[in-house]
Amino acid sequence: MEPFHGSHQAGVATTPQAHAAFLGLDLRSGVGREAVGRMMRLLSDDARRLTAGTPALADTEPELAVLPARLTVTFGFGPGLFAAAGLADSRPASVEPLPRFAIDKLESRWNGGDVLVQICSDDPLTVAHALRMIVKDARAFTRVRWIQRGFRRAAGVRKAGLTQRNVMGQLDGTANPVPGTPAFDRAVWAGGDAPAWLHGGTTLVLRRIRAELETWDAADRVAKEFTVGRRLDTGAPLTGAAEHDPPDFARLTAVGFPVISEYAHIRRAHSPDPAKGIFRRVYNYDDGLSAAGHADSGLIFASYQADVAAQFLPIQRRLAEADLLNEWTTPIGSAVFAIPPGCPPGGWIGQSLLE
Amino acid sequence: MYVSRSLFLPAVALAAAVLVSGCGTQATTSATPPGAATPAASPSPALTITDPWVKTGEKGMTAAFGTLVNNTDKEVTVVSGASPLSPEIELHEVADSGGKMVMRPKKGGFVVPAHGSHELAPGGDHIMLMGITGKVEPGAEVPFTLTLADGATVRFTAIGKDFAGGEEDYRPGKDMS
Repeated sequence: MEPFHGSHQAGVATTPQAHAAFLGLDLRSGVGREAVGRMMRLLSDDARRLTAGTPALADTEPELAVLPARLTVTFGFGPGLFAAAGLADSRPASVEPLPRFAIDKLESRWNGGDVLVQICSDDPLTVAHALRMIVKDARAFTRVRWIQRGFRRAAGVRKAGLTQRNVMGQLDGTANPVPGTPAFDRAVWAGGDAPAWLHGGTTLVLRRIRAELETWDAADRVAKEFTVGRRLDTGAPLTGAAEHDPPDFARLTAVGFPVISEYAHIRRAHSPDPAKGIFRRVYNYDDGLSAAGHADSGLIFASYQADVAAQFLPIQRRLAEADLLNEWTTPIGSAVFAIPPGCPPGGWIGQSLLE
Repeated sequence: MYVSRSLFLPAVALAAAVLVSGCGTQATTSATPPGAATPAASPSPALTITDPWVKTGEKGMTAAFGTLVNNTDKEVTVVSGASPLSPEIELHEVADSGGKMVMRPKKGGFVVPAHGSHELAPGGDHIMLMGITGKVEPGAEVPFTLTLADGATVRFTAIGKDFAGGEEDYRPGKDMS
């Protein structure tokens, strides 16, 4: 069971559960600060009860609540919420739509949103029930903008804490800061320069990134490893032997070329200053097949960082400018949210902003 | 009347601070003998209500639910209810009358056994608001007062929740006796 109350919201530093639903909501017209506060009290109460394995208030399927399976429910506020609540001055400056990148092929059906609800559990039926309760309590205030469902390896099939694989077969998230370490705290939790109400919170950039599996299939393993700069089997950098060996970006081949290409994904994504890094908590999606058998698969790329402009954007600019992996990955959705801090027993998520 | 947190703040404050919170504690009430200072001053309230909520609605009838908990070693009977939201409130049951489930005032009120509980739920006993004078919006905090057989009162605040069930029960003249 994952505790709901605390200085940070659960579902960020929490070891990723096997299943996730990301729900993007838009506030209905006329819903302002008072109504958003009422909604967040209701939704916080649902989350508090369900994550503890108890039915929500007026739960019509209480039997579905008894196996939380590490359920977490995490809330975020998009740019539109601050405007609707008359709190534009409290919006962190970089909680706004990302600038356009040349690699983007964004589809409006996956973009934006005033409210984010991230529901994660090791049990998919638990996710479905929590989502149902949350939506029933949110829909008087909001309309659904998008729902994105994702998965990782099932719980218990291998040792916890190992880097997961994405649908392209790569180990994904090797360079992540480790929750519970000072490096993680510095990179993820907002403090100092952030608005006071956000201290202990963070920001989320949610990108839906399609994997171009048909052309990826056409690339051989050497090309795939060259593209990323890591071995597919071990995840080791091309200059090392084990997954967590630091990449040696200076090493040259016998003929004088960098072993890890100037345009390899890990070189372009690398932040020399760990405090300028991001924490990626990603899920795979695999949503359909065309008549020709082509996959609709990819990554729900959830990136947490204290500040979008200082941490996410420099990395994203380097990747958009030149990353060999861009040939096989296409961002098709993009949304940015402030993730409020957690709440103590008796409190609710968003209280520090809305009350 | 528009029911909102701000309008009911004084009543909420009287009832107990925990009531205003969506993340709050569950037990939200205390029984007060007539003339007692404040609910909080009562060391061991005879009756509490857990998880009180009220079905949202715009007009007409609606109902409030929760679990009545008797903290004494004697039976406690709730004989009436009141709320600023509805001038008329009845304590109802859903019962079989000639093969048909009907909703009707419960004779003798809600009896809560010693150290026991009594559930108020859709399809069962409930506090019936006969004619609300304003909207009950989701998340609204609606104050109630229950009166016990000995004249003591129990105050609580119910949270407005959207709820699909029990709809036909609330149509006057249809299934009501």
